[in-house]
Amino acid sequence: MSERRKIHPVVTMLALPSLLLLYLPLVAVAVYSVNSARIGLVWEGFTLRWYRELLHNEAMLDAARNTMILGLVSTAIATVLGTLLALGLARFPWPKPIARTLDVIVDLPVVTPDIIFAAAMVIAFSMLRSLWAGFVPGMLAMVIGHVTFQISFVALVVRSRLVLIGPTLMEAGRDLYASSFYLFRKVTLPLLLPAIVAGAMLAFTLSLDDFVISFFTAGPKSNTLPILIYSAQRRGLSPQIHAISTLIVILTVALVLGLERFTRYRKA
Amino acid sequence: MAAGAGEAVVGCFRSMLAAVGLRGQPGAVEVQGSTGGMPGKVGDEGGPAVSHDLNIEGISKYFGPVQALAGVTFTVKAGEFVTLLGPSGCGKTTLLRIIAGFERSDEGHVRLGERLLDDLPANRRPVNTVFQSYALFPHLSVYANIAFGLRARHFAAAEVDKRVEFGLGMLQLDGLAERYPHQLSGGQKQRVALARALVNEPEVLLLDEPMSALDAKLRAEVQIEMRRLQRKLGKTFILVTHDQDEAMTVSDRILVMNQGRIEQIGTSSEVYEKPRNRFVAEFLGAANLIPAELVGPRTVQTALGMLELRADPRWERGTLAIHPERIEARRTPPKSNGVRVRVKDAVYRGDHVELLVEPGPLRVQAVPGINFEIGERLWLELPAERLEVLLD
Ligand SMILES: Nc1ncnc2c1ncn2[C@@H]1O[C@H](COP(=O)(O)OP(=O)(O)OP(=O)(O)O)[C@@H](O)[C@H]1O
Ligand SMILES: [Mg+2]
Repeated sequence: MSERRKIHPVVTMLALPSLLLLYLPLVAVAVYSVNSARIGLVWEGFTLRWYRELLHNEAMLDAARNTMILGLVSTAIATVLGTLLALGLARFPWPKPIARTLDVIVDLPVVTPDIIFAAAMVIAFSMLRSLWAGFVPGMLAMVIGHVTFQISFVALVVRSRLVLIGPTLMEAGRDLYASSFYLFRKVTLPLLLPAIVAGAMLAFTLSLDDFVISFFTAGPKSNTLPILIYSAQRRGLSPQIHAISTLIVILTVALVLGLERFTRYRKA
Repeated sequence: MAAGAGEAVVGCFRSMLAAVGLRGQPGAVEVQGSTGGMPGKVGDEGGPAVSHDLNIEGISKYFGPVQALAGVTFTVKAGEFVTLLGPSGCGKTTLLRIIAGFERSDEGHVRLGERLLDDLPANRRPVNTVFQSYALFPHLSVYANIAFGLRARHFAAAEVDKRVEFGLGMLQLDGLAERYPHQLSGGQKQRVALARALVNEPEVLLLDEPMSALDAKLRAEVQIEMRRLQRKLGKTFILVTHDQDEAMTVSDRILVMNQGRIEQIGTSSEVYEKPRNRFVAEFLGAANLIPAELVGPRTVQTALGMLELRADPRWERGTLAIHPERIEARRTPPKSNGVRVRVKDAVYRGDHVELLVEPGPLRVQAVPGINFEIGERLWLELPAERLEVLLD
């Protein structure tokens, strides 16, 4: 409370416009998605017509399906691998310098610019293609691409929770006759579950609105919504684009809100 | 070759049968007799519990360049309550962790009776720990916390229930079974941690400063409760503390540690009355240390003057120790071992007056009643039978 009182009113007055700046474009898109005017920015009355039309737009539905498949599959894989990675890093008694290096290696993809990552992926995939001709740009490549950057995020979230929990509870479990498997099932997993779910939600959100990596690894039949929106945008704004963008924003916001619920930690 | 392999298979099969629980308790802990009985009695095993002495044989432990333990050797008799007492960083927790199986010793062995525990992982030792921070599982209810060790060994639900109820009752936790750890007070958490360990009927219970999070009044109650419980169960308890009052209150024997070594082992009165060396004398009861030089039969020269001893010391120059409350302050000279001193400071403490006198400086606990003025000269008697001759 006292913390809050220290904040000068000017700071608040500056914060409000920046919030406005952040959300105004999103609000604008949402407003135009229910505007009955087909072209132009003039308000001509409320309609849900563009949302209805979305349901009949084959390319759009296709892209939505691809986005979901890509998001769900990559998230599922990345969640398992990222969790195992975090556990391996935290549990194995690595010597100090190696542990530090490994931490950096895991964190690196989080801060690497997407475009660098994407370019690297293109090169890697073309090398793989020389080994196996079936390795063409498309859904498989996209899933692999997404998994590679999602793993880091999942590992990061799970690892910080592992650090928070500390080693003592695991030792207590061991002390109370738990085998490794029993300990994992009854102690580690339940305690980590909030972080694993949070990591998965984060990974899914990232996959959902990833454009750069998808664009570089996509094949002709694997358009995702971000790619579709990008190419449609170049042909001019359409109310349908506003509608689908609004839906994506709503989904993302829902996921982020869910994330917040799961990352809270109650200590004994 | 083939015959050997066959035997191996049969042997393996036998141990599997044993493990799967022809004894009624699958995966029971690997030391014989560990599934003995709580008094009262919960177990359906029949027969009394067989307990074993715990032997610590020359344990050393290094953390990089730091030597945490330097060849620690001692025996805890079955059913004994032993306290590890020592200053921070002397290796108490490390020793406990080696006994529990969380840490491996670099040298030496831990033996329970004849059985070597060194290679047994923590989850297969008949040893349970009460952690300093209690380490209750936050996602499990009190009931599930206490049942954890039983369920991990796949005890039958009825047996789990029986033992958990017994544990709840024994530690006066009735009515709290459905609570979660964050809904408990410090004292309640501590009792849950104790119950969680005890329902497993471990041969040895390790307690790492389990009372440090409690306030002084509660701590005093819990100490007495702990002592009572240990007597009743007849289990071996090893308690870590750096509170000498706590050590004296609860233990059969105290093990004074310093810098990874044992300085002295003995009953409360032995370590207090007959400290072996300067460290023990100062750590327990803050005794006065008096440098002395042997000048004749049973006679030493000190900064305070000539003093008589009970027996000849083994050194030419060494140290004497005497507790402040063993010195008698008076205005008339005593018959023997009298010392003339001047009062430098006097503090009224209710049940005694604490004097700081010169030369020395010596600390003296005098009975209130006589009013000593600061600067006053008076006599002290350092009775020969109260002067302890230290080894160093
Ligand atoms: N995991 C570790 N890595 C490095 N050094 C350690 C480790 N654990 C303990 N030590 C060191 O070993 C020595 C003994 O530590 P230990 O925890 O056993 O002391 P303690 O007697 O329990 O102290 P306290 O009363 O403060 O709990 C200390 O010098 C400590 O710094
Ligand atoms: Mg300690």
